Amino acid sequence: MLEISAGDTAWVLTSAALVLLMTPGLAFFYGGMVRAKGVLNMMMMSFISMGTIGVLWVLFGYSMAFGNSFGFEVGASRPDGPTYIGLLGNPFDFAGLASLMSPDAAAGTLPALAFVAFQACFAIIAVALVSGAIADRASFGGWTLFTVLWGVLVYFPVAGWVFSFDGFTGEHGGWIANWLGALDFAGGTAIHINAGISALALALVLGPRIGFGTKPMRPHNMTLVMLGAGLLWFGWFGFNAGSALSAGTTAAVAWINTLAATAAAMLGWLIVEKLRDGHPTSLGAASGVVAGLVGITPAAGSVSPVGAIVIGAVAGILCAYAVGLKYKLGYDDSLDVVGVHFVGGMVGTLLIGFLADPASPAGVAGLFYGGGLDQLWRQAVGAIAVAAYAFVASYLIALLIKKTIGWRISPADELSGIDLAEHSEAGYDLSPVYYTNKVQRTLVLSVDDLVEAEKTGASK
Amino acid sequence: MKLVTAIIQPESLETVQKALVRHGVGGMTISEVSGYGRQRGHVEVYRGEEYTIDFITKVRLEVLVDDEDAEALTGVIVQAARTGQVGDGKVWIIPVDTVVRVRTGESDSAAI
Repeated sequence: MLEISAGDTAWVLTSAALVLLMTPGLAFFYGGMVRAKGVLNMMMMSFISMGTIGVLWVLFGYSMAFGNSFGFEVGASRPDGPTYIGLLGNPFDFAGLASLMSPDAAAGTLPALAFVAFQACFAIIAVALVSGAIADRASFGGWTLFTVLWGVLVYFPVAGWVFSFDGFTGEHGGWIANWLGALDFAGGTAIHINAGISALALALVLGPRIGFGTKPMRPHNMTLVMLGAGLLWFGWFGFNAGSALSAGTTAAVAWINTLAATAAAMLGWLIVEKLRDGHPTSLGAASGVVAGLVGITPAAGSVSPVGAIVIGAVAGILCAYAVGLKYKLGYDDSLDVVGVHFVGGMVGTLLIGFLADPASPAGVAGLFYGGGLDQLWRQAVGAIAVAAYAFVASYLIALLIKKTIGWRISPADELSGIDLAEHSEAGYDLSPVYYTNKVQRTLVLSVDDLVEAEKTGASK
Repeated sequence: MKLVTAIIQPESLETVQKALVRHGVGGMTISEVSGYGRQRGHVEVYRGEEYTIDFITKVRLEVLVDDEDAEALTGVIVQAARTGQVGDGKVWIIPVDTVVRVRTGESDSAAI
């Protein structure tokens, strides 16, 4: 067993906190993009993920992803022996996490719980990403149930496929990491393709917002969007560089690649806008930043910094076009989870097959470095497998919720604003006028209420 | 019918609303408006840069009433909105030709 490293532990715990910050960052990013009457519901969809997934992860989620995998053996006749196809971690291996408090419980050079913490924040943000597709119209109960079912049935298994290496936390890990050998440094498949395609399934099942495509639905607060994009970029250094699971060269390479790709993607998106629409916009800059971050996520440890610039530029340019597809195809992916996360995740995952640099920490050669097509097909199989599973499973979960507790709030509530209907709150009170009365028995102030108010001394 | 319109201090709104409710008024409309009369604006400073704010936030309150109620209602508003300071506002009454309740199509007194 490797010895626990203080430096690695410090960096990974710090990174875990950075990744957790991405979820409130995402809440700002998404919240600013919806209309003012839905800002709180949009932000709450991210926040509730921290609640539900945080608890599930501790109880059995971590075990489902990183426990010793159930599966089967293939290739028994091969000269190098059989390979194990891991499909799902044993949910009871680390249930409740109590067994991991022992000083002997380690994951590589980390205390096991540091790894649990880091991966917990990944699970949280993965679910939260999906919410952008269903802005302004989903019942909060429906979404909350979705976070639970999607975590258990989609994210936990897929995270195991991609992130669980044989012998790291259990004898057998997941099939994509070990058998297929697709490279996914920090979650291009497990998180972005997964969440992006699941968002499409939800948008299809829920249907569009009232007025989608005909009424203007412009972002109500672009400054919140910019703040959110900034927080996401900051947190993403933990997401990518932390995925090295050590404080050393690999983390530093991932950090620089995260800078390079994101910068290039923002430029790429803005150039498309300038040439196509005439103006580089702040929403374009914020979206380009996120597209670049998504693109470099799978590739942060396997390409050179210049390769990262290429991935970022391609992601920024392609996503700038991809976000227009929803109007042509008629699905209301409200905040472009498909156009940015699915497309950006695909770009990064597949470009590894071309741009993987043997001098990088991953040490794999892509097509442009003389590695042939070997890595490219592995990347493609991993991406398609995750996308297919996630789409089908998410579609079924969404249908189940639709047929049982229901998804959509009433048209009247949707038109007057989901914040008031689902949360009994308003996002902003910017008025200097004192409109409200504190103690009231009836909805409109009546003479009876005045007696009550004066008795308790409430409301001034 | 008459339309009673009052421009009052935002801080007085709650007192005025309560006084009107106690007087038996069943509905009212308010809007945020800006303006100045005897009371002048103020100066705001951002990083040493000074800006004069001429127009001050006020509340415009509108109540539709039958002719015979207008005077009494005006008195209620004036009494409730008065602090004695410059900027307490104004109240005026104007005649109204027709009132229609959108939901039912009732008109005039029945619509108030």
